[in-house]
Amino acid sequence: MIERTPILDLLTHLILACGIVIILVPIWLAFVAATLDLQAVNSAPVEFWPGDQLWPNLREAWMQSDFGPKFINSFIVAIGVVVGKIALACITAFALVFFDFRARMLIFWAIFITLMLPLEVRIVPTYAVAANALSPFQTILDATGISWLLKTLSGVEVALQWNLLNSYTGLILPLVATATGTFLYRQFFLTIPDELVEAARMDGAGALRFLWDVLIPLSKTNIAALATIMFVYAWNQYLWPLLIITDRATYGMVVVQLSDLVPDQLTTGGGTPTWHLAMAATMVVMIPPILVVIFMQRWFVRGLINTDK
Amino acid sequence: MRRAHFKFSWIVPALLLPQLLVIFVFFYWPSVQALYWAFTLEQPWGGGNTWVGFENFRNIMSDPYYWGSVRVSTIYALATTALAMGMALVLAVFVDRQLVGSRVWRVATIWPYAVAAPAVGLAFQFVFNPGAGIFSYINAVAPGWWDLSKYPWQAVTAIVIAGAWKQVAYSFIFFLAALQSIPRSLIEAAAMDGARPMRRMLDLQLPLLTPTFFFLLVINITDSFTDSFGIVDTLTGGGPFRATELMVYRIYADGFRGFDYSGAAAQSIILMVLVMALTFIQFRYIERRVHYS
Repeated sequence: MIERTPILDLLTHLILACGIVIILVPIWLAFVAATLDLQAVNSAPVEFWPGDQLWPNLREAWMQSDFGPKFINSFIVAIGVVVGKIALACITAFALVFFDFRARMLIFWAIFITLMLPLEVRIVPTYAVAANALSPFQTILDATGISWLLKTLSGVEVALQWNLLNSYTGLILPLVATATGTFLYRQFFLTIPDELVEAARMDGAGALRFLWDVLIPLSKTNIAALATIMFVYAWNQYLWPLLIITDRATYGMVVVQLSDLVPDQLTTGGGTPTWHLAMAATMVVMIPPILVVIFMQRWFVRGLINTDK
Repeated sequence: MRRAHFKFSWIVPALLLPQLLVIFVFFYWPSVQALYWAFTLEQPWGGGNTWVGFENFRNIMSDPYYWGSVRVSTIYALATTALAMGMALVLAVFVDRQLVGSRVWRVATIWPYAVAAPAVGLAFQFVFNPGAGIFSYINAVAPGWWDLSKYPWQAVTAIVIAGAWKQVAYSFIFFLAALQSIPRSLIEAAAMDGARPMRRMLDLQLPLLTPTFFFLLVINITDSFTDSFGIVDTLTGGGPFRATELMVYRIYADGFRGFDYSGAAAQSIILMVLVMALTFIQFRYIERRVHYS
């Protein structure tokens, strides 16, 4: 805008500066705590300037929580969710947009409804399903009498069992089971001009060829947007891994590890709380998703706005 | 609706099957199972569940702690939403003026979105701890005045501030996107009519933000019901005296620490109905009523 508003400009910067300070102060204090030693961190008043203990604290926190394998786990799960979600979203939206069949709207709504209830709300029964992912089918077979029929006919007892507790599959699959992404893809596919479909058909391309050679290259920005959102979402999962992973040494994720670091009676045994280590670990855990958001900012914002989540 | 389609073939079910299987097993089945558990009670010596009708719901409703949980969840939802949206709106309006450095301001506001809820909770537990946190100054003057683990209102304040801190970025992103989608010509026209920046803000930009505002209102309230677990678990652990047991936290505590699946399932059903009602309001009324084109 071509107008001079020096006072308002100054005010703008002042207000923004205040806002950023409010946002930064808690994390700054946590960071400062991560750079102090046990004594300094527990002495009042609060320290505002970093000390020189950052590196030793990081090392000790890393060793204490055994972050090495947990970081690898977190990455495996995050990548698994990203890839699984994008692949599922892409093929589902493709089938719903580029084919015409009777159950189309029904399936669309069946998928759409999953947006309404986040995992946290249905956590108890989802946990039960994870203990045996085939239990829905077992129950259906039992209820319809098919398992009884099989047993009397062939003597084979149907006992379907697939335990997902303490496994990567168990961590990844339930996080993939929502419709975020499917809608982002659907919106995008709806903008593809009909002429492109007709041209592809005229050239003799089948549906899958069209998907692979035309749509997927066109949807690169979509993939980037979805990938950033899903990476942050999966990395920051807390309640679900907390429940289904009891073998933390093998399958633990870094964010869940924070629950062990809360300095209360349980962890300190009445001793001095080890805030410096807890804060150092918090810093370490926060870094990867923050980097993703900052470096992929453009895609991230775009994905967030288009998926409404 | 498209005109051009591919011919229906076996490909279609093959493409849809993975998604449908996953949502059946991990979404629909658990949701139905929650219903089943909510209306039945597990026998103490095994042997399946017996039908008890609304007994589980009656038990919950007559539990004063449950109403305490509903109360604190409501306070948390309204307070975090108001704080986060208020701050996000102010920041977005001023970042949208696009002065020098507005990109820096933008990134500085967005990144908290990436911080995991338990990390936020843990960081704020340090910030608010009575011994060496920011309130240690007050405690030096009046010893014992600030102690999260003793005073419920302080614990609730702490989770509200931590929750709001985490939510600011999300609302900010949406407000800013909405502001930037206001046609430039509209603002230029107003400027030519002599409207100064503040006048344009109040009379032009803010009214045009109404749809985004209502959208964020519902999303923020829904998120505060579902997304609060990590913050509560690491910041207060539901205490003191169960004062910060938000609804999701209580479901977890009852279901997985108390092994009361039926009670937890009944609570899940109540929460599900609540979340679905909010989503329904979102789609049904708000999207329709507040629409400018």
